[in-house]
Amino acid sequence: MGINGIVKGLGITLKHFLETYWVDIKYKGKRYGTESGINDRRAFDTKGIFTVQYPEEKSKVPEAFRYIPFLVYDEGETGEKEIRCTSCGICAKVCPPQCIWITRSVNPETGKPVPKPAKFFIDVDICMNCGLCAEYCPFEAIRMDHDYEIANIDRFAHHIYDLDKLLKPASYYAEIRPTQFKEEDDARKEKEAKKAAARAAKET
Amino acid sequence: MEDQIFVSDLPSLDTLYPGKVTLDTRSGYSGFIVPREFLLEVSTEIHDVWGYDMLSSITGVDYFPEKMEVVYHFYRSLGGGALVLKVQVPRDDAVVPSIFSIYNGAEFQEREAWDLLGIKFDGHPDLRRILMWEGFEGFPLRKDWKEAYYEGDTKPFSSRWPEGVAEHSENKNIFNDNVKYPENFDPDKWIASGEEALYLGLQKSENGKDMETESIVINLGPQHPSTHGVFRMAALVDGEEIVDLKPAFGYLHRNHEKIGERNTFLQNMPFTDRLDYISSMSNNFGYALAVEKLMGVKPPERAEYIRVIMAELTRIESHFMSTGFLLNDLGAFFTPALYALKERELILDVFEAVSGSRMMCNYFRFGGVVRDLPAGIQETIKNLAFERLPGKVDELDQLLTENEIVRSRCMGIGVLTAEQAINLSVTGPILRASGVPYDIRRADPYSIYDRFDFDIPVFYHGDVYDRYLIRIEEMRQSVRIIQQAITQIPEGPVFEGKPQYQVRVPAGEAYGRVEAPKGELGFYVVSNGQANPWRYHVRAPSFINLTSLRQMCLKYKVADVIAILGSIDIVLGEVDR
Repeated sequence: MGINGIVKGLGITLKHFLETYWVDIKYKGKRYGTESGINDRRAFDTKGIFTVQYPEEKSKVPEAFRYIPFLVYDEGETGEKEIRCTSCGICAKVCPPQCIWITRSVNPETGKPVPKPAKFFIDVDICMNCGLCAEYCPFEAIRMDHDYEIANIDRFAHHIYDLDKLLKPASYYAEIRPTQFKEEDDARKEKEAKKAAARAAKET
Repeated sequence: MEDQIFVSDLPSLDTLYPGKVTLDTRSGYSGFIVPREFLLEVSTEIHDVWGYDMLSSITGVDYFPEKMEVVYHFYRSLGGGALVLKVQVPRDDAVVPSIFSIYNGAEFQEREAWDLLGIKFDGHPDLRRILMWEGFEGFPLRKDWKEAYYEGDTKPFSSRWPEGVAEHSENKNIFNDNVKYPENFDPDKWIASGEEALYLGLQKSENGKDMETESIVINLGPQHPSTHGVFRMAALVDGEEIVDLKPAFGYLHRNHEKIGERNTFLQNMPFTDRLDYISSMSNNFGYALAVEKLMGVKPPERAEYIRVIMAELTRIESHFMSTGFLLNDLGAFFTPALYALKERELILDVFEAVSGSRMMCNYFRFGGVVRDLPAGIQETIKNLAFERLPGKVDELDQLLTENEIVRSRCMGIGVLTAEQAINLSVTGPILRASGVPYDIRRADPYSIYDRFDFDIPVFYHGDVYDRYLIRIEEMRQSVRIIQQAITQIPEGPVFEGKPQYQVRVPAGEAYGRVEAPKGELGFYVVSNGQANPWRYHVRAPSFINLTSLRQMCLKYKVADVIAILGSIDIVLGEVDR
């Protein structure tokens, strides 16, 4: 039995070892804690040390990244929250682990349902981050968040999210998912323009 | 060479064996119905005469309240479609002869059907519970059985909308009448009778030696770093030699199939991610194929290409991981494993950008995929497939293949011959390392695999070393497929029709199978036209490949068992389901 295979293998580990120094020298100490350094470590031709030192460093999540749903509201002209959700219940029906609870608003005088959620709960410990609710929401009202640091000490006290905790402004949505937001926004504007044109045509 | 093997058509068993076999004429169903008294005779015939030598899946369906049905899927190791046999028995007398004597691969699957559905297999050598614990009362997959957190037969539950108020399930009295215990059950005094059965089931060897020796039982696991999860093997050893070995698992059991039957068809998709959590894209693929078969939809061209690219990336990633961890098991602590994980991370970055999650991808839908590839990802995949991965596979190859320690630890260890492998229902890299060129992508092509130019690597020693080599070789072939797919991928829609959260699935049955990184992954789905599947069964490759573990380990040393288990490449999320 020879030792050629072992020597060859050790050569590869040595190459990896030396590369870590070579890449660090090339970056002149700017490889760690900088955005370009993190991006370099996620690139297809990366060499040298690969680890991103969480939590000091964080690699940016892609737009499609999904973690725990939130509810989108538009900011009205006077600053009030215009909740997009109409409490149609599709998200609650499609949710695989059934972690969404919605109470529909009811007009106290007529007793008829109003298209607004009175209560909205998500048990984030049961949520499996599948994103089906966001995928099938017809009103672009529920979307998946990017904030993955939600660890807490007490599941019973903190981990059922209610409306207060779930509502986030459309500007936040536009910030984390710019492409998707723009697509939907453009589509909505186009639809409104069409509607307006149709109305104008009807009146004349 | 344009040599083609012609496989004869499916025999029409009902005309060949009149009176013994009848055609299954229910609409949406296929295959043949055999009365239980003729099952052994007919299965011997199809094995010996018709060449259906591979038993793919055995499962049961509870057609509550009428009858139980046992469903068998047989294939030829030469390739071709399935031969489906069904045996119908009354629910209160669910006894079927075991076909273990003809197909050894039936061992675990029959035990599973007994465990979960209460179908008794007459003549099975060791019919014990396999996934549930030994003192468990009842058969969970029967339709009249209810789980502890039972809320309704089918999702969505009406308590969620329009008057839903969140409540932790722990706060409700959830145990009501749903959990039954055996009579006089006292958890403090209870001793697992199955434990004894497990040890007694181990076969002592005839002592033909001059010296009087005593064999002892060693438990490897369930808490052991080399078992890749919570997996246990009871090994009977004589000195250092394995005389007999029986795996015990189910520690991670969550009754995936029961959850699946409560879910709607779409809701099952994210649950399939959690089976073999290393390769969730492949799991999505198999389930999507099965339901698409039922629905009769076909994804558009671009979606097909995306699916193939994702499935092959998954294979590379999974093989990297299993190679790295095999070396870990051999004692090369984490240097090869981390080199492998590095490449896997880059592939997971692609998955994250495409599907939104690194491991729980949930990316496939019935009739396409969720969304198109985001901008720039096509370029990343191209770079990976052309620039990075080929070199890195070669590097891993150079690092390990000729290493003398790897060779002496792996060569000639855990040998499984071709006949044994086929008979034990082994699939995937293990089967091909034993010299059987069987890969579903070629043997029974699905999706668009017939368009690509790639080889099915085969090795002939059937040992741990060949199982390692075949994974390296398969990664190269997967890279080839991705290279072709990413250059040919057309523009166009990625979803057929309008996305719906409640899909209409016509009544019937379908078996969709894919060549997952670990072997044949099959989904047997029965629909009765409702929103939820009536039966949802997973033919998990790592679970069934474990049937061969005993055969591989006999006569080798205890230390070899670790290497052999590493070479099977199991994922406990899939084994225990």
